[in-house]
Amino acid sequence: MNRIYLNCQKPQFGINVVNIRNRFVIISTSLSFAGVILAGFGAFAAGEDATPPAALTIAAAADLRFALDDLVKDFEELYPAAKINVTYGSSGNFFAQFQNGAPFDLFFSADIEYPRKLAESGLGADNVFLYAIGCIVVWVPKDSPVAVDKLGIKALLEPSIHKIAVANPEHAPYGRAAVAALKALNIYDQVASRLVYGENIAQTAQFVQSGAADAGILALSLAVAPQMRDAGRFWQVPLDAYPRMEQGGIILKSSKNLETARAFRDFVLGDHGREVLKNYGFYLPEK
Amino acid sequence: MDWRAIELSLRLSTLTTLLLVILGLPLASWLAFSRWRWRFFVEAVVALPIILPPTVLGFYVLIAIGPHSPIGQAYVAITGRGLPFSFQGLLVASVLYSLPFAVQPFTAAISTVDKRLIEASWCLGRGWLATFFRVTLPLAWPGVLTGVVLSFAHTLGEFGVVLMIGGNLSGVTRTISISIYDQVQALDYGAANQTALALLLFSFLVLAITYGLQRRGIAVWPAH
Repeated sequence: MNRIYLNCQKPQFGINVVNIRNRFVIISTSLSFAGVILAGFGAFAAGEDATPPAALTIAAAADLRFALDDLVKDFEELYPAAKINVTYGSSGNFFAQFQNGAPFDLFFSADIEYPRKLAESGLGADNVFLYAIGCIVVWVPKDSPVAVDKLGIKALLEPSIHKIAVANPEHAPYGRAAVAALKALNIYDQVASRLVYGENIAQTAQFVQSGAADAGILALSLAVAPQMRDAGRFWQVPLDAYPRMEQGGIILKSSKNLETARAFRDFVLGDHGREVLKNYGFYLPEK
Repeated sequence: MDWRAIELSLRLSTLTTLLLVILGLPLASWLAFSRWRWRFFVEAVVALPIILPPTVLGFYVLIAIGPHSPIGQAYVAITGRGLPFSFQGLLVASVLYSLPFAVQPFTAAISTVDKRLIEASWCLGRGWLATFFRVTLPLAWPGVLTGVVLSFAHTLGEFGVVLMIGGNLSGVTRTISISIYDQVQALDYGAANQTALALLLFSFLVLAITYGLQRRGIAVWPAH
């Protein structure tokens, strides 16, 4: 209390100052305030410029995280003027974001149904394209005692497996495939209480790669990526245990950069793109 | 380290703080001096973001600025583009999210200013604006500074709200905390660790400065 009182004594000097100086201070204060606001709006404008027109913004299913990174690098080497920004996430989340006008040029979905729905509601610029067929695997870290390659899906029933990471089936296609496979192989009821859900398939992979979960049902494309390959072992779930995971994409009508978007799509669908996708464990559609 | 995200976060925090100073100072002086019986109602609304889950705030902001709301439609009509998934949208959400971190210290500081000094200034013929800049603000500056520092730091660390309305666009809405989340999912723990450590040090520094100020007898946070 004492202290505050002391402080309050101070400005008496200020109050007695002559009129002219007073006015000067007020004017200069308001001017500097105005300057600060102007500077703010200047920065606003700079924010708009952060994405140059030649840049392409891609929304991609998280199973593409490592494969598409490679493809983007190769594409940018081929066309140095192009600048590509990729956002990875779950296909269902992206689909919801497109309804709210998310500003992406190109969408690579893990489930072709989403681009089809976008095309139906008139949000696509071109036809839907099919770029790959996804596979799922049961993955355990390399220091896990469970012999996943011998046990197959039964590995998930081992007592040392307490938590099994899958992607959220609500909005992630790989989560739906995982749940479908567990049901088809008749172990869903036994493992349901052990499931933990990743927001998308890359986060699911991170859960089990970091050891937070003991096993996971992941995309083959992530399991064979250099970042994951040496960290664990996996067993590929038979293709007939879950609905075929057709991976499709679409160029958005709102894209301001249709030419680059088409060039990149054709690059992914072309020979080099197919080779990279194949190396990452995707099955390829007929050409 | 993701420099684009750092630059973006710094820009977002600076602009948010700036807007909070411009909007928060008048609001705080009103809160400090008002005798309106329903003032507590406004105080509760201002404090709401402290306890409100960021997902709740993010969800409602997304609905409020989305293409189906009157605000969203008006914004599109004026500027030609939507607010969700844009830097401007993030700015709107951040101002709401950090509002209490600016307004509460501002109010606390302004209400400790001796009312007699303000009245003396009025009696000597100064208007309320001159009195505010020449008497109230110079006396309340430590609290104002704390509000500025806290809202800057709070915006810098914002995650849930950005995740809900930002869309993780590099250079547009991928802030530092989203970038860390992304780096972890890319299994790039080295990069995530670097960025996280930088943020940790920054947060510590901010709090150290804040409490350092407080130790010098400048009661600002969370005293109210």
